[in-house]
Amino acid sequence: MLNFFQLILIYAGIYAVMAIGQNCITGYTGMLSLCHAGFFCIGSYATAIICKTFGLSFWISLPVAAIAAGLVGLLIGIPTLRLKGDYLCIATLGLGEIIRNIATNINPVGYNSIPRATLFGYQFASRNKLAFIILIWAFVLVFYILFQQLAHSRLGRAMIAVREDEVAAQSNGINVTKYKISSFVLGAAVGGIAGCLQTAYTLTVQPGSYTFMVSVMVLCTVVLGGMGNAKAVILGAFIIQFISYLPQLTGLTNVIPAQAKQLIYGLLLVVMMLCRPQGILGRDKYRYGDPRTRMEKFRDFFARPKKKAKGGEV
Amino acid sequence: MGTLTLYMQYIVNGLTLGAIYSLIALGYTMVYGILKFINFAHGDILMVGAFIGLIIYNALTGGEAADPSAWTLIAFFISMLISMASCAVLGMVIERIAYKPLRNANRLAPLLSAIGVSFILSNGAAWIFGTQSRRFPYPFENTPIHIGGISITPHQIVMVVVSVAMMLLLTFFVNKTRMGKAMRACSLDQSTSMLMGINVNRVISLTFAIGSALAAVGGMLAAFDFRVYPSMGTMTGLKAFVAAVIGGIGNIQGAMIGGILLGILEAVGAPLLHIPNGMRDTVAFAVLIIVLLVKPDGILGKNEREKV
Amino acid sequence: MRILETEHLTREFGGVIAVNDVDFHVEKGLVTGLIGPNGAGKTTLFNQITGIDKPTSGKIIFDGNDITGLPAWKISRMGIARTFQNIRLYKELTVVENVMMGLHFKVGESPFHHRFSQALKSYVFAAKENREVYRRAMDWLRFFEMEAHAQDFAGSLPYGKQRELEIARALAAEPKLLFLDEPAAGMNPAETAHLMAVVDKIRSLGVTVVLIEHDMKLVMNICDNITVLNFGMKIAEGTPNDIKHDKGVIEAYLGKEEEE
Repeated sequence: MLNFFQLILIYAGIYAVMAIGQNCITGYTGMLSLCHAGFFCIGSYATAIICKTFGLSFWISLPVAAIAAGLVGLLIGIPTLRLKGDYLCIATLGLGEIIRNIATNINPVGYNSIPRATLFGYQFASRNKLAFIILIWAFVLVFYILFQQLAHSRLGRAMIAVREDEVAAQSNGINVTKYKISSFVLGAAVGGIAGCLQTAYTLTVQPGSYTFMVSVMVLCTVVLGGMGNAKAVILGAFIIQFISYLPQLTGLTNVIPAQAKQLIYGLLLVVMMLCRPQGILGRDKYRYGDPRTRMEKFRDFFARPKKKAKGGEV
Repeated sequence: MGTLTLYMQYIVNGLTLGAIYSLIALGYTMVYGILKFINFAHGDILMVGAFIGLIIYNALTGGEAADPSAWTLIAFFISMLISMASCAVLGMVIERIAYKPLRNANRLAPLLSAIGVSFILSNGAAWIFGTQSRRFPYPFENTPIHIGGISITPHQIVMVVVSVAMMLLLTFFVNKTRMGKAMRACSLDQSTSMLMGINVNRVISLTFAIGSALAAVGGMLAAFDFRVYPSMGTMTGLKAFVAAVIGGIGNIQGAMIGGILLGILEAVGAPLLHIPNGMRDTVAFAVLIIVLLVKPDGILGKNEREKV
Repeated sequence: MRILETEHLTREFGGVIAVNDVDFHVEKGLVTGLIGPNGAGKTTLFNQITGIDKPTSGKIIFDGNDITGLPAWKISRMGIARTFQNIRLYKELTVVENVMMGLHFKVGESPFHHRFSQALKSYVFAAKENREVYRRAMDWLRFFEMEAHAQDFAGSLPYGKQRELEIARALAAEPKLLFLDEPAAGMNPAETAHLMAVVDKIRSLGVTVVLIEHDMKLVMNICDNITVLNFGMKIAEGTPNDIKHDKGVIEAYLGKEEEE
C-alpha cells in the first residue's frame, strides 16, 4: 500500500512537470496542443542515448533532453502555430504520432538497463523511492517557481493577451507568432525534462509507452486543475495519478478493467467542460493587476480577514 | 510487371483507399460547415460502426465459417444498414450530451469535450470487445480480377461502388431536399436561419446523424483492409480529417476530392519516396502541413476571415 | 503636415472591391472623420492601414515611412493604435490588466542588440517591472476617470465604459495616430457627450485622431476634416461645413432625387 502511495507521488511529480509545460502552451497561450507525449518521448530517448550509448551522466542528459525537445518543438511550431486552434490540435496530434513512429523506427525495442543517476556519489536506485520522490519534487518546485515567475512577467502577460484575443494583441504591438512559438518551445522543453526524469526512474525506454493516451492524460491534468493556474495543475497531477493507481490501491485489480482509468479520463474531460470549464481551482484572480510587492502579498496572506472587510479592493 | 503497371496498381489501390477517406471526411466537413468545430470523436464512431457491423454480420451468417453466397452479401448490407442506424443515433446522442451545452462556450471547450468523447468510445470498446484485432470476413468471393497486369479485388470494387453511391445520395439530399437546403442555410448563417424558421437544433442533430451513418459505412468498408480493433478510428479518422482539409473543410465536394487525392498520394507517394511501411502515416501529415501552409483553405474552400 | 497618406489603396475580396483606389490623408494634430453608408469600406480601410489585413494594391505612408503590408504588431509599434467596431477587450482580464497589455512595448522593450539581456531582466525583475506597468496603467485609468473600476473584469463593464476602456488601452501605447472605429455605436446621449469630451482631451495630448462614426452630430462637432466613402470610393473630403453641403454626399446618404 505504502508502495503505491510512493509510486503515486513519483508519477504525480513527473506528470506535474509535464503538465506545467502543457499549461504554458494551453493555459497561458491558449493553444490546444496534443503532442506532449512526443516531447516526453524525445526527452526519454535523449536521456537513454546520452546515458547509455555515450555513457555520460544523467545531469548532462537533462539539458540535452530539454534542448532536443525544445528544438523539435520549434520545428513543429514554426509551420503549425499559424494555424487556428482546431487545426493546431489535429496537426500536433499527428506530429505526436509521427515522433513515436520515428522513435520506433530508430529503436523498436527501446533501451534497457540505463545507468542510474548519481548525485554527490549517491546512486538513485529505483527501489529507493523516497530519494526519487525528493529528486522529482525538487524539480516540480523549481519549475513551479520558474513558470510562476514567467506568468507574472512581461512574457507571460503577452502570452495571456494572445490567448484572450489575437487580433487585439496584435494591435497592442504584441508579436503573436513570436509569443506562440516561445510558449510552445518552453512547454516542449519542460516536457522533455519530464521524459528525462521518468527515464532516470524506470531506467528503461519503450517506444510503446508514449501514446496519445499520455498526451490526453497531461491535457486532462491541466483541465482538471484549472487552465492557467500552476498550483491547480499540480493538484490535477495528484488526482490523475490517484485515479491511475486506484485499482492497485483498492486491491481490486482483478475487478476493475484495464481501460477504467482511460474511461474516467475521457469522462473527466467531458464533465469538466460541461460543469466546470475553469477547472477545480479556476484561474488566479489577481495576476498582473496586483501592485503589491512580494512582502506585502505575504503580509496580506496572513491578514486576509482584515482585507476582506475593506471589500477586497487592492 | 513494368514500372508503369506497378504505379497503375498503386493508383488503383489509392483510389479505393481514397474512397473510404472521402466517406469519413464528409462527416468532419459537414459538422465543421455548420458548427465550425472539429468533431474529434468522428473517427471513433467509425470504429463503433465497424464493430456493430461485424457483430451483426457474424450473428447473421456465422462469421468466418460461412461460405460467400448471395445470403452473405445480403447479410452484409443488412448489417451495414443496422450499423448506420445505430451510429446515427450514437452521433445524435453525443451531440446532445457533450457538444450542445457548449455551443456558446469558449472555443477550447467543445474541442476538449470531443477529445473526451473520443477517449470514452475507444476505451469503452477496448473494455467490451478486448484490444485484439478481428478480421472482417469477405461476404463474397475475393479472387482478384486482372486487367492488363493490374489486379483489382472485388472488395475494392465494393468499396468504391458503395462510397460513390453514398456520396451521390448525400449530394442529392443536400441539394434537392428541404432538409438539405436548411442544412446549407445553417452553414451559411445560423442566426439568420433561425429567424427564417429553420429548426437549427434539428438540422445540427441531423448533420451528426448523417455524418455518423457515413462513418459507419466507412468503418465497415475500411475493416476489409484494416481489420477491426478499438483504436482503428484514430488514424483512419485523422487521415480523413486531413482529406477534409485538403479539399477545403466545410465543403462537401471538397471532402470527396480531398479523400481520393490523399488516398492516391499515400498509395503512390510511400513507395515512390521509399518510405517504410511503419512510416506511411507520415505522408498524410506531411501533406496536411504542406496544405495548411500553402493553401490553408484547401482546394475548394472559401477564404474565411475573422471579421474585425 | 500630413501624418498619414494612402496612395491608390485598393482591397479586393474575391471580386468584390471593398476599397477602390482611395487616396486618404490625415493632417497631423487634427481630428479626421471617416463617414459613409454601411458597407462603404470604412472599416476595411482601417484594417489595411493598421495591418490587420493587407491591401491588394496601393501604398500607405505613415510619418514618412512606407508601412504597406507590414504586420499589425509592427505598425502598432510605429505609433498607430486602434479600437475595434465590435469591442475587442480581453474580457476575462481586469480593467487595469487590459490597459497594462496596451503598455506591452512601452515597458521592458529595448533595441535589438539588447534584446536578450532585456528579456532576461524583464523575467528576473518581473515584479518590479509589473509594478511600473501597473502604475502607468492606473495613470491612464485616472485620465479616463475609470480608476474605481480598475479591479473589475472588463467584460462586466457597461457598454459605454467598455468602449472607453478600449480607447484607454490603445492610448496607453502613446500612439501618434489613433483610429477609433465607431466609438459611439450603441452609446446613449450622455455617454456620447462624455465620449466627445474624451476625444477633445485626447486631441489636447497632441494625438492625431481618425474616427469612423455614424452619429453625424458627433462627427460634425468634433471633426476638423471629414472624408466620405461610398462603395469603396472616396466621394468627398473637406471641412464639416463643406461636407454638409456636398451634393454627392447628400445623394449617397439620401439617394438621388428623381425630380428636381
